[in-house]
Amino acid sequence: MPQTAGTLDSQQKTTSRRPAGTLYRGNTGMWSWVLHRITGVAIFFFLLVHILDTALVRVSPEAYNAVISQYQTPIMGLGEVALVGAIVFHAFNGLRIILIDFWNAKYQRVLFFVVIGLWVVTMLGFAPRHLINVFNH
Amino acid sequence: MTSTIEAPRSPSTRSTKKSGVNWEKWGWIYMRVSGVVLVVLIFGHLFVNLMIGEGVSALNFAFVAGKLTNPFWMTWDVIMLWLALIHGGNGMRTLVNDYATSRISRGILKIAILVSVVSLIVLGTLVVFTFDPCPAGAPADLVASFCKSL
Repeated sequence: MPQTAGTLDSQQKTTSRRPAGTLYRGNTGMWSWVLHRITGVAIFFFLLVHILDTALVRVSPEAYNAVISQYQTPIMGLGEVALVGAIVFHAFNGLRIILIDFWNAKYQRVLFFVVIGLWVVTMLGFAPRHLINVFNH
Repeated sequence: MTSTIEAPRSPSTRSTKKSGVNWEKWGWIYMRVSGVVLVVLIFGHLFVNLMIGEGVSALNFAFVAGKLTNPFWMTWDVIMLWLALIHGGNGMRTLVNDYATSRISRGILKIAILVSVVSLIVLGTLVVFTFDPCPAGAPADLVASFCKSL
C-alpha cells in the first residue's frame, strides 16, 4: 500500500525481520485475513451440520426435538456464543474487505478497529441475553 | 526504487484463457455480492431464532413449522441456503487451492466440497418445499397449535 518514503525508511532501518508496507503481511491486515479464514471454515462446517439437523423436521417431530434440545444445553449455549462471535466477525470483516476493494484501501487499519468495535457492541447485545435464555431455562 | 510484487494468485488456480468467461473474476464478485445479502439474511435469522422471546430455548418442531408454512420465511430460508452454501463452498475451494499441495489432494478435496454443497442444497430445498407441519399420527403437544383445526 502507498506509504510515505519516511515511513519506509524508518522501517528499513530496524533490525525487524517482519516485512512491512503491504496490506496483507504482518499486522492488522494479516490478522484480519487469518481470522476471516478461520471463522469462514468454522461457519462452513457448522452450516453443513445445521442443514442436516434442520432436515430432521422431515423425519418426525420427535427426531427434530431430540436433536434441537441438544442446542439448548449449557455447553452448546456457550458454543453458540462462539458461533455467533465467528459469524459477526466474518460479516463485519467481509464488509470491511468490500470497502477496501471498492472504496479506499488506505483506511484498512482503522476499518479493522471499527470491525472490532462493532463486534464488541454486537456481542454485548447478544451474549448476555442468549446466556440468560440458556441458563435460566 | 522500483520493485515488482507479483499478483497474489494461488499457484494452483487455473490461468485465465485469452477468450471465454473469467470464472475467477465472477467468483470474486459473487463472494462480495452474496456476502452483503448474507449479512442481512443471517443477522435476521439469528435475531428471530436467538434473540426474540426465549431465544434458543423456544426452538422446537412447532416453532419451525410456524416458519416453514410462511411463504416469507420459506423464501428467506431457501435464498439463505443457496447463497450461504455456494459462498462457503467457494471459500473452501479457495483454501484448498492455497493449501493443498498435490494435484490429487486438491482434486479429491474439491470434489468433496462440490458433492457436499450440491447434496445439501438439494436436501435443504426439498425439506423446505415438501415440509408437512402436521404429520399424521404426531402427538398434539409436539406439533403447532394450528394442526388442531385440520
